[in-house]
Amino acid sequence: MTTTDLPTPDLRTGTESVPRFVPGEGDQPQTGKDFSSDQEVRWCPGCGDYAVLKAVQSFLPDLGLRRENIVFISGIGCSSRFPYYLDTYGMHSIHGRAPSIATGLATAREDLSVWVVTGDGDALSIGGNHLIHALRRNVNMTILLFNNRIYGLTKGQYSPTSEAGKVTKSTPMGSVDHPFNPVSLALGAEATFVARTIDSDRKHLTAVLSAAAAHRGTSLVEIYQNCPIFNDGAFDAIKDRDTKQDAIIPLVHGEQIRFGATLEDGRGSRGLVRDLETGGVKIVAVTDVDDAALLVHDAHQADPSTAFAISRLTEMGYLNQTPIGIFRQVARPTYDDQSRAQITSAQHVALGEGTDQTSRLTGLINGGDTWTVV
Amino acid sequence: MGQVSKQVKQLDRVVIRFAGDSGDGMQLTGDRFTQESAVFGNDLVTLPNFPAEIRAPQGTLPGVSSFQVHFADHDILTAGDAPDVLVAMNPAALKANLGDLPAGATIIVDTHDFTKRNLDKAGYASNPLDALGDANDPLGAFAVHTVDLTGMTVEAVKEHGLSRKDASRAKNMFALGLLSWMYGRPTESTIEFLSRRFAKVPDIRDANITAFRTGWNFGETTETFVVQYEIKPATMPAGTYRNITGNLALSYGLVAGGVRSGLPVLLGSYPITPASDILHELSKHKAFGVTTLQAEDEIAGIGMAIGASFGGALGVTTTSGPGVALKSEAIGLAVMTELPLVVVDVQRGGPSTGLPTKTEQADLLQAMFGRNGEAPVPIVAPQSPGDCFSAAVEAVRIAVTYRTPVMLLSDGYLANGSEPWRIPDVDDLPLIDPAFATEPNHVVEPEKIADDGSVTPAVQDFWPYLRDEETLARPWAVPGTPGLEHRIGGLEKGEGHGNISYDPANHDLMVRTRQAKIDRIADSLPPLEVDDPSGPPGEGRAKVLVIGWGSTYGPIGAGCRRVRKAGYAVAQVHLRHLNPFPKDLGDILRRYDKVLVPEMNLGQLSLLLRGRYLVDAIGYNHVRGLPLKAAELAEAIGNLVGEAEGITVDLSGNLSGGSTPVTSIDQEV
Ligand SMILES: Cc1ncc(C[n+]2csc(CCOP(=O)(O)OP(=O)(O)O)c2C)c(N)n1
Ligand code: SF4
Ligand SMILES: [Mg+2]
Repeated sequence: MTTTDLPTPDLRTGTESVPRFVPGEGDQPQTGKDFSSDQEVRWCPGCGDYAVLKAVQSFLPDLGLRRENIVFISGIGCSSRFPYYLDTYGMHSIHGRAPSIATGLATAREDLSVWVVTGDGDALSIGGNHLIHALRRNVNMTILLFNNRIYGLTKGQYSPTSEAGKVTKSTPMGSVDHPFNPVSLALGAEATFVARTIDSDRKHLTAVLSAAAAHRGTSLVEIYQNCPIFNDGAFDAIKDRDTKQDAIIPLVHGEQIRFGATLEDGRGSRGLVRDLETGGVKIVAVTDVDDAALLVHDAHQADPSTAFAISRLTEMGYLNQTPIGIFRQVARPTYDDQSRAQITSAQHVALGEGTDQTSRLTGLINGGDTWTVV
Repeated sequence: MGQVSKQVKQLDRVVIRFAGDSGDGMQLTGDRFTQESAVFGNDLVTLPNFPAEIRAPQGTLPGVSSFQVHFADHDILTAGDAPDVLVAMNPAALKANLGDLPAGATIIVDTHDFTKRNLDKAGYASNPLDALGDANDPLGAFAVHTVDLTGMTVEAVKEHGLSRKDASRAKNMFALGLLSWMYGRPTESTIEFLSRRFAKVPDIRDANITAFRTGWNFGETTETFVVQYEIKPATMPAGTYRNITGNLALSYGLVAGGVRSGLPVLLGSYPITPASDILHELSKHKAFGVTTLQAEDEIAGIGMAIGASFGGALGVTTTSGPGVALKSEAIGLAVMTELPLVVVDVQRGGPSTGLPTKTEQADLLQAMFGRNGEAPVPIVAPQSPGDCFSAAVEAVRIAVTYRTPVMLLSDGYLANGSEPWRIPDVDDLPLIDPAFATEPNHVVEPEKIADDGSVTPAVQDFWPYLRDEETLARPWAVPGTPGLEHRIGGLEKGEGHGNISYDPANHDLMVRTRQAKIDRIADSLPPLEVDDPSGPPGEGRAKVLVIGWGSTYGPIGAGCRRVRKAGYAVAQVHLRHLNPFPKDLGDILRRYDKVLVPEMNLGQLSLLLRGRYLVDAIGYNHVRGLPLKAAELAEAIGNLVGEAEGITVDLSGNLSGGSTPVTSIDQEV
């Protein structure tokens, strides 16, 4: 068994190697409109995908990147139509395989900002394998996982994030499948950036996307997205005015995790403490515990255990306690940077030998034991 | 030991098979013997044959590994139907290979392992060597030499102080030394090789060199072997040669395709026998800008390649039949998105996991049709190990020029078999132009000149499916090119603009256009070569045509030569392009009374030829996991010639006469 020390490329931001848009003479600053294609958007009225599209279209100019250097790759599903509506380069590929296509593209082209759009079925059923491997490799790309907890495009079968017991066309007596929690899954795959946000919260969505794009490596952003046609109300607990303040647990790096009805100090009346019995975390009334015991969110913690514990608060059926925000954001060399570094160093050595590709190819094929017939 | 007087006999060709336990180093032994023969200047073809298990139980029949090398003083095409000489390192090796030997063959056995235990493991009730010379000698038909190879090796390498086990490991080099003496092989390259290979373990290096030399000296001095054979160098076309396996040649061809197109190569691959060596080899060539990604499965492998191609690299994926099955949907995506891509299928025995280490040609129809929808894919197949190089370059040319996935169909025999390869001049390889799109190609609104003379410039945009008139290829615009932003995908697109289209007429048009594009490739192919020496080109008198594809080139060629040598006429055509077929194929087929199609499958090319040309293709089909045998094939060709010409064909008579002395069995001519 042999291992070798890999060169560690400098850790940079997610878009550092992508050419930037510099408005010059005649070039107006880019707006959301520049990023909208001429194709008619064809989601159902009220679909959560519209809100995400609008948010992305208006946020992309803020990245300050050249439009031609942005690529969206999607799989198959309602959400995966996304690339058609953006005036960037894009590929609407095949079911579940977008992460692998994006991996090849991101590895081949350092100068691109690569985005993946996928659904809960696309990413977690048919494409589950590619998703976890992209996450562990840490390829520089941002994955937007539209989780409507249903198969939209195929008209309403349960998905890997649907709650057990769900009655759908394919499960008239209720689904007996145990659901995935995408955030827990991503943390288990050692993703370096894991976040969750909600289609209807434009501000939060935009903030999370900016952080995801800035992260060098694979960023996984789970977006809770309502499908009014086949799974309406799946997110009521976190959208309903009466319940949402008790259900949504916002995570902000460096701040105490607080939610629920606001106290005089302007912060929530509930918080998280470590649960010594289970090794996880639990929700408490802040007045019941010592302030020092209240968990302060640390997204940069190298050990993903606490992030994982927080992700486990979400019960898939009810979402009555749902952390949102950035669970984890840590630096680790990316697969594509390291792969390119190996190429560069091999080319460097070859260049030192001072020959062009053609003469090196001649040398290569003439290697080994040769003999000449005259 | 006193010098024994030795006789030297001239032979024109010999087939030797080295056989032993998987752990006995038979592949290495065969490989070295091959290199020695190559350097000596013989023409040669090799056939390694090894178990699928890395270490099958020692001493058992399934654990037997062998390496056959055929070398000659003239140009040969196959690894030989049957060995003239078998070197058997244990009872299992003897038993497993005996059935392949013709009467009169020579057997050299290492007696050391013929113990009760090993005989039992091989399923021998009694020791066959005990009955040598008896009336009921099971080996009576052969010339058997019993030698305690292991014992002598251990004795010879004593001075290097190895354990008995390590010492006995050098027995393969003893055997190599002995055979090298018998056939007058040059020894320097093997000694150099051993010095290099074991540079870090001097005692093992020295033991191997000693064993090799002692084996040679043993041949020279012992009375057991009284004849030394001489096989003169072959006359081959001028050039620089090396011995090369198909997988290595194919890897070099892909590197060359990258260099000649100026594209960085990106390989996405998942390990599978017999294709993994290509992944290993390409991983060494980062200096050529070759990126290799070992994917989580075959689907991801091709996905990565497609992503890279979308980004303007040369996407390649390598696999075997089971992997192609997994990649089918993604190949369809590449057909639809019209992106360059090379899919290498090193075929093995199927279906399912099948025979991982054995050869077969049964993926032709999978390559041709194994996708949903009308999804035509060009198919290129190399015909010999060395030919894998230019076939790979050809696959790259088609992929890049026509913006299409291309199937490159190699097989297990080509992959691991080897032959002398005349190394091409890099400057003679085709230049491949990726011709990336850089400008808009479609006018939205033409330039307007108003009455006052003021000019409103034309408004232009980019249509990703506006085709080249000649090739029907679409423009390849890569991300990073300003103004050419566009979306592609697996949904049907409108001709020209490329936006999603569900229009019935458009779909019909697009299906036909994708097919027409692949058909157009035939415009770029050279005319087929018809081999019929019975007359000037085009005027041969053969009534029978033998047509094949891929690695059956050798056995078919050798079979045809036998038939011709016996005085009959037969024509041979070998297809490198299986889709589209070359334009002159139909005319050629119609010229013959009978068309024979030998294949290592149940008639897949036959089916295509019948369907396409309404020709009554006659199949000759074996699926034994081994190359076709030239002698058997010659019989079949002979019978067909007899039928076509209304004569009785007898291949045993050598009508042309006056050939060089024949060894023990039919000469491969
Ligand atoms: C290989 C393959 N299998 C099945 C399908 C059918 N299919 C299309 S989308 C989909 C599920 C999509 O669900 P999800 O990813 O959650 O996307 P949504 O439509 O909900 O956005 C399925 C099963 C397909 N297109 N390809
Ligand atoms: S089916 Fe659901 S997810 Fe799909 S477009 Fe309609 S509302 Fe949106
Ligand atoms: Mg869904």
